[in-house]
Amino acid sequence: MTATVAEPLTKTASGRATVARGRRPASGRKVLVALAAYVIAMIFLLPYVEMVITALRPPQELLSRGYLPKHFTWSNFTSLWKTGFQNNVGASLKVAGGATLIVLVVSLPAAYYTARRRFRGRMFFLLLVLATQMFQPAAMLVGIQREFTSFDIANPLISLMLVNAGFNLAFSVWILNAYFSSIPSELEEAAMVDGTSRIGALFRITLPLAMPGIVTAVIFTFIGAWNELLVALTFTSGRVSSQQPVPVNLNSYIGQYSIDWGHVFAGCVVATIPVIVLFAFIEGKVVGGLTAGSIK
Amino acid sequence: MSLTTFRARRLAHRLEPVVWIGPAVALIAVVVLWPVVVMFRASFQHFTPNGFVLGSRGLRNYSDLFDEPDLQAVLTRTVVWVIGVVVVTMVLSLGLAQLFNQRFPGRRVARWALIAPWAASVMMTSLIFRWALDPNSGVVNVFLHDIGVLDAFNSNQADWLGRPWSAFVWMMVVAVFVSLPFSTYALLAGLQAIPEEIYEAARVDGASTWRSYRSITLPLLRPSLLVAALINVINVFNSFPIIWEMTRGGPGYETATTTVFMFQLKQNFFGESAAMSVINFGLVIVLVVLFLRATRWREQVG
Repeated sequence: MTATVAEPLTKTASGRATVARGRRPASGRKVLVALAAYVIAMIFLLPYVEMVITALRPPQELLSRGYLPKHFTWSNFTSLWKTGFQNNVGASLKVAGGATLIVLVVSLPAAYYTARRRFRGRMFFLLLVLATQMFQPAAMLVGIQREFTSFDIANPLISLMLVNAGFNLAFSVWILNAYFSSIPSELEEAAMVDGTSRIGALFRITLPLAMPGIVTAVIFTFIGAWNELLVALTFTSGRVSSQQPVPVNLNSYIGQYSIDWGHVFAGCVVATIPVIVLFAFIEGKVVGGLTAGSIK
Repeated sequence: MSLTTFRARRLAHRLEPVVWIGPAVALIAVVVLWPVVVMFRASFQHFTPNGFVLGSRGLRNYSDLFDEPDLQAVLTRTVVWVIGVVVVTMVLSLGLAQLFNQRFPGRRVARWALIAPWAASVMMTSLIFRWALDPNSGVVNVFLHDIGVLDAFNSNQADWLGRPWSAFVWMMVVAVFVSLPFSTYALLAGLQAIPEEIYEAARVDGASTWRSYRSITLPLLRPSLLVAALINVINVFNSFPIIWEMTRGGPGYETATTTVFMFQLKQNFFGESAAMSVINFGLVIVLVVLFLRATRWREQVG
C-alpha cells in the first residue's frame, strides 16, 4: 500500500525513480550499520519520550531528580482540561482547518490551470509562487501585524486563517502543479469523447488520480498552521485565553520566574496527537512530501 | 457566428486565466505582498509606544536602529547562528543520509524516528530542551551529574541557559536537531537518484569506496545539497521559536538574532522594529534570488 502510493509522488515530484538500491554489504558491516541507525533513531526520539514522561509526572515530583517519576498520573491532563484547554484546541482546529480549506479551494484551480494551459503570465505566476514559498511571516511580521490589526479587530482567528493560508499556498500550488502535469490530458480528452463534460472529466478522472498530491498538500498545510507560533503570538497573546490557539496558550504557562512544566507538556502531548494521526495517514508520502517542491 | 459573440468569446478566453489563477494571486497579494508595502511604510513612520501613527519620521527609525548599542552584536550573532547551524546540519545530514540509505532490517521504522523533530513542532522541542537543561532537575544535568561532569545542581555551571554563550551554543544544538530531518530526507532523495551502475563501473575500474564517494556521490549530490543548504539558511535565519522559548533573547538582547531582536523591539519601538524588519527582508530577498538560481526554476516549469 505504502509503496504504491508513495511512488507516483516521488516520481513526479523529483522526476526520478526512488527505489532504494543499497549495495549488498558484508553481514558484519550490516550489523554495525543497523546498530548505529538504531542508536541515532533513539536519540531522535528521546526528547519526546522525556516530554511524555514529564506530562505524566506528578507536580510534586517535578523537583526530584529521578529519570522516571515514582508514580505516573493523568492529573496534568485533567487539570489542563479544567482550564478550558478544549477551547484552545478548538481555536487551533479552526485556524488550521480554515487555512487548509482556503488553500485547497484556491490552489486546486490555479495548479490545474498552469499544468494544462500555456498562457501569458504563466511564468510570472510560477515565479511568484516559487518566490513566496521561500517567504516566511517572520521576515514581514511588522507589516502583517499592521495590515491585519487595521481591518480585523473582532476575530483574530480569521486573520490567522488567512495568513496561514497565504504562506502555505505556494507549496500546495507547486506540488499539485507537478501532479496535474504528470497526468496525461489524453485521459480527460478520452472521457470527453465519451460524452463527459470538461468539468466532469476533471472531477471523475483527474482529481482522483491527483489524490495523493491533494492529501499531501492538505496535511502539510494543516500541520504548518497547527504548529505556527510567531503570528499567532502576535495576534492573540493579549486576548482572552479561550481565543488563543494551543501554542500561544501553552506559552502563558511560561512565567518569567517559574514555569508550569506539567501543564506545558501535557498540552504538547495533546497537540501532537492530530499530527501523529495525520502522519500515520500519509505514511510513506512524508518522505517525498518533505522535499517535494524544493528538491527536483 | 456573429461579431459580438466572437468578441464575447475572445473576452471570455482572455479572462479565463483570471478566473482560475485570480484567487491564488489575490491571496498572495493580500497576505504576502501587501504586508511588505505596509512594513516599508511603517519603517518611515513615527509611532507611539502603543502603535498609533504620529506622522512621518523620515529615516530616523533607521538611524535609531543603527545607534542601538546591541545591534552590532546581534548582527554578528545572526551570522554565527546561520552559518554555524547550517554547516553543522549539512555535514551531519550527509552522514545520516548515507547511513539511512544502507539496507538493514527495521530501516523504515528507524527512518520514521528521524522525522520526530519535524512532527513535534520547533516550539515543543525547544521547550523540552529548556526543561531538560533546568539547573535543579533537568535530565541533562541529572545525567551530567551521574557521570561526574556536573559538580552541583542549581550552580552557575548547571544554569546552561543563564549564561549567554552556553545558552547560545545549546540553542544552536536545538536548531541543528530540528533542521536534520528535512536535510537528511532531501539528501536521501538525492542519493537514491544516483544509479547503482555508476558505482559498479567505478568498482570495476578499481576505485575505493572513499574515492567513489568523493568522485561520484558528492558531485551528483551537489544540486540536492545546494538546495537543502539554501532552504536551511532561510529557515534558520527566520527561526523564532527556539530562541524565544529558551531564553526570550535574553539576558537583555544577548542571545537574540535579528529576527528575535525585531520582535523584542516591536514591543516598545515599533518604528525601529519596522526598520529592522526591512533589513531582514532585504537579506531574505538576496537568499531567495540565490535559491531561484540554484534550483534553475525555468527548467522545471518550462
